Amino acid sequence: MAYALLGKDFTPPDVRAKVTGGAKYAEDFRAEGMAFCKLLLSPAPHARVTNVDLSAVLEMEGVLGILQASELRAPPPPVEPALTDEPLFVGQPILAVAAESETVASDALDSIRYDLEPLPFTVDPLEALYPGGPSARQDGNAAVVNYGNTVVETRHWTAQDFAAAGDGQLPTGEPNMEWSYGDVDQALADAALVLDESFVTAGLSHHSMEPRTTMAYWENGKCHLHGSVQSQSFSMPILAGMLGIPQEDIVFVSEYCGGGFGSKAVPFPSMAIPVNLSRKIGRPVMMRLTRHEEYYLGLARTGMQGRIRLGFSAEGRVTAADLFLIQENGPHAGFPNLTGAAAGVSAMYQPESMRFRGVGVFTNTPPRMAQRGPGYNEMSAAIEPLIDKAARELDLDRLAIRMINAPGDGATVGPQRIPLTSAFMPEALTMAAEQFNWEERRALSGQRSGSKVTGVGVGLAYHPAGNNGFDGLVRLTPQGKLHIHTGVGNLGTYSHSATSRVAAEVLKCDWADCIIERGDSRRHLPHNQGQFGSNTSFTMSRTNYVAAMDAVAKLKEIAAMDLGGSPEDYDIGGHRVFARDDESKFLTYPDAAARAIELGGKFSGEEAPEDINPTTQMAVAGLAGTGLIGVARDNIELNGQPAAHVAGCAMVELDLETGHVEVVDYAGAVDCGTVVHPMSLATQTKGGAVMGIGMARYERHIYDRQNGLPGTIGFHQAKPPSYLDVPAEMQTGAVDMPDPENPVGIKGVGEPVMGAALAAVLNAISDAMGGHVFNRTPVTPDMIVNALAGREQSHGPLDVNTA
Amino acid sequence: MSKDMMRAFELYQPDSVEGAVDLLGRFGADGWAMAGGNDTLDWFKDRVKYAGSVVDLSGVEALRGIRETADGVEIGAMTTLTEIEASPLIQERFSVLADSARRVASPQIRNTGTIGGNVAQDTRCWYYRYGVDCYRAGGNSCYADTPQGQNREHCLWGADRCIAVTPSDTAPALVVLDARMVIVNGDGEREVPAEEFFIGPEIDIERMTVLEPGDLLTAIRIPNDWAGAQFYFEKVADRNTWDFPLVNIASAMFVEGGAVSRIRMAAGAVECVPRRLSVVEEIVTGSAPDEETAALAGQAAVRGATPFNYNHFKIPLLENLVKRAIRDS
Repeated sequence: MAYALLGKDFTPPDVRAKVTGGAKYAEDFRAEGMAFCKLLLSPAPHARVTNVDLSAVLEMEGVLGILQASELRAPPPPVEPALTDEPLFVGQPILAVAAESETVASDALDSIRYDLEPLPFTVDPLEALYPGGPSARQDGNAAVVNYGNTVVETRHWTAQDFAAAGDGQLPTGEPNMEWSYGDVDQALADAALVLDESFVTAGLSHHSMEPRTTMAYWENGKCHLHGSVQSQSFSMPILAGMLGIPQEDIVFVSEYCGGGFGSKAVPFPSMAIPVNLSRKIGRPVMMRLTRHEEYYLGLARTGMQGRIRLGFSAEGRVTAADLFLIQENGPHAGFPNLTGAAAGVSAMYQPESMRFRGVGVFTNTPPRMAQRGPGYNEMSAAIEPLIDKAARELDLDRLAIRMINAPGDGATVGPQRIPLTSAFMPEALTMAAEQFNWEERRALSGQRSGSKVTGVGVGLAYHPAGNNGFDGLVRLTPQGKLHIHTGVGNLGTYSHSATSRVAAEVLKCDWADCIIERGDSRRHLPHNQGQFGSNTSFTMSRTNYVAAMDAVAKLKEIAAMDLGGSPEDYDIGGHRVFARDDESKFLTYPDAAARAIELGGKFSGEEAPEDINPTTQMAVAGLAGTGLIGVARDNIELNGQPAAHVAGCAMVELDLETGHVEVVDYAGAVDCGTVVHPMSLATQTKGGAVMGIGMARYERHIYDRQNGLPGTIGFHQAKPPSYLDVPAEMQTGAVDMPDPENPVGIKGVGEPVMGAALAAVLNAISDAMGGHVFNRTPVTPDMIVNALAGREQSHGPLDVNTA
Repeated sequence: MSKDMMRAFELYQPDSVEGAVDLLGRFGADGWAMAGGNDTLDWFKDRVKYAGSVVDLSGVEALRGIRETADGVEIGAMTTLTEIEASPLIQERFSVLADSARRVASPQIRNTGTIGGNVAQDTRCWYYRYGVDCYRAGGNSCYADTPQGQNREHCLWGADRCIAVTPSDTAPALVVLDARMVIVNGDGEREVPAEEFFIGPEIDIERMTVLEPGDLLTAIRIPNDWAGAQFYFEKVADRNTWDFPLVNIASAMFVEGGAVSRIRMAAGAVECVPRRLSVVEEIVTGSAPDEETAALAGQAAVRGATPFNYNHFKIPLLENLVKRAIRDS
């Protein structure tokens, strides 16, 4: 279908602000009398804080106040508190000091005296599961991880469980979550090939470019908050609950967010600190986390220790997948990567039978949160190399074995085998292979040039790509403007604008006459899903569609009222609503908007639909009488799970003498439904690839096991890839097949673009090494040198948080 | 634990060597000479090290520049790494130094980082930088040398309570070139051979060089002895930019009549000081620089290496780098 706006490049309105430095991030705001606060961080991985002596601090010039854990509402365990007297990881805040400057606050922290009573700690999930093993928390060592409802439990496996595992294989004791479909054991017994492999994917930090900042002040009973959060409206009820302030008393400004990758998906505990300090000292308070603190409080991807038994038919069809995962969950509620991982395996390979078992384990490491493709991308890293291994053992082509299993028509996900709304992985695979010139490149595999050898690899990734049930809100004004109110947030992908164009498309408005209202709760923003989970494109194209359709209906109603006939007799175009059979009978949009104000009621937002969320109700009430209001809940039917698919191909040159790897080429092709913004999609695909290369080759947490000290608390140590570590040019493409469950065919794709590159690079390295599979991320030069020299790796096969 | 927030200090900005030396002499142990600031400000921001009086050398013009002398080249200590990598004189005569400078950190850091700062920088042991009370920090233990210590970046030789390594990329090149480090203090000027400039924990566990409070490294003099040799420099690191070496290697070699007549070779990041590979020099001298000689040299280079839990990969890596230096230079 041809669209006027969708599928065309445009310049999102906030680009100019970003490239000129005009964009105001949370730390760019000031308020009269603003003070700064700094945090006293725990130097110990697990301890009880006692005998806190603040006497010296309170006498220091410039110190304005102190906030301690006892002054804050304690969330129910294992939810992370903003401050604590029992820190569970190095870097957890104990108390906060407000002062005239950050220098004074930092000096004040140095003068605080306190005692730490050490408590048991662990940075190793397997140790925690061993009989009598250390527990990261006093109330339990293991977690049934659910988003928003993680349950603490005590779970030790038996020594027999560990002994039975065999050399280098993951023990698989009693899990605390499991599901299955089909007869996995029978399928494995019948399989032509069974692979049984254990693997580790490293926990790693998000290292958002903008360390999170919160500035808060109180004015006329309202709490004004400037924050670095990916999501706008979705944050409001969470902030209200977290802070204990009614939602209508919170003003939340988060127009720009300097990267989040999931770690700023929703408001985070430390936001409560300046809010409460500000209330306590009666002055605005800014809290800028430093780069170091971002590595403590900036959240992290979970680590995985896993084992999978994969059964294949002689033709390469995956007949059985038996997945066991231990998730390193940090010390708090965490994020259920393991359930995403299991769903991902079921979607990516469509196994005829599958069993998933898993357990979450607490460690005294930074709290965990979703990171781009949580769980899903780990499976691309862990399982894709095994698909290559199966191809080698079954003597199949690496593309062919993927094509046999790739989700296409009739694909399902998870134990309920929910149908995917659309799946074009085979098409994405074909496109990536063509762009990459796979056939020619494959011939280069293993070719030597001096000490360098070429490797090529292909990788796949999957992620859910949309939700439903949220609200849309648009407003036509007598000034002739279409205001598109979007509460989605600004992760940096510009999808707030891309999805807003759906409303303009439906109302046939010139883009120049559209104004996007966002980034500040005072701008009357509707209840939208948060900007995470690759969902924005699907979810908010639907909300903007239904809001715009509501505006169209109201335009036609007003025209029929004023010009005669029934609404069905009218159409829209050229910023006018006109009679189909007589275009001289029309109202312009500004006229219609003025009429809506006169008419009042539902036309101008004096009345609102009953099924919209309270946040949207408030937004509509705020806009009442200012124009023609289009507002609706997304009640469009949704059959199945929207899903994004990505295929990537990579070529590497690996130096056999130094272990140095150069990623020389990458091509990624996506199945994201209708392409809404080509330039943004290409950027996402390449940016995701950069992140995938980082996870494949460099990034991980390192901990000193004896002392629980973190070794990766800066850009330099955490090693995100630089522009010199990625191909200078990357190719991208899109299948561009509309999704039937979205009115304009759009799906999301932000997360699997990382997983496909991650897997393709790992597989290319493996290919260069003649098929050696590390079963581990990241694959670093020292590992390659050891493998090539026939030396044992320094780390054990199941070790985590280690070099 | 409070990071990224410097404590206040007094800043002095002399405009002459005499002025700088005078200030450093006056402040003694409380003084801190700051060149490009890349190492200094890391320490200060981390609140791990502190000096009350910081002497900023950036205004001392006499410390900058690359000059030809009667018997070689003199490089002012405040000359940036970018200037060294781009210098036609260095490229033509001592390309191993230009090549090593080019592999330091990132372009941004090379623009501010100086040759003096690069050789005088402190070790990068993550425990030490974290601020633990280790031997090097005046304490009584080594956190890296424990049964579970994370010591991937640490030494193969020279462990003496501390097992940290030299992080410099230019240091091995300067050792190979037999450079002279010019040090000035209140007592006057002295020259120290590069090989003796760097010191291990057995000499002083709290320093990486012979520089003591009051000393100022003013210049590096490179004699023409090795000008025009066949040079080799290679650094292996995790990423193509910013990272310190896992191992680096520098060599200078003259070949006459198909045989190596003279050679000097040094490796970084395998010991607290740049490791002069004398045994390699001895084995190789007189032989053709071919694959066989290279293999022998590689084997010789790693004899006696004593790895820790996470760094034994450095043995095959160093062996291979030595081979390449002979074979590919």
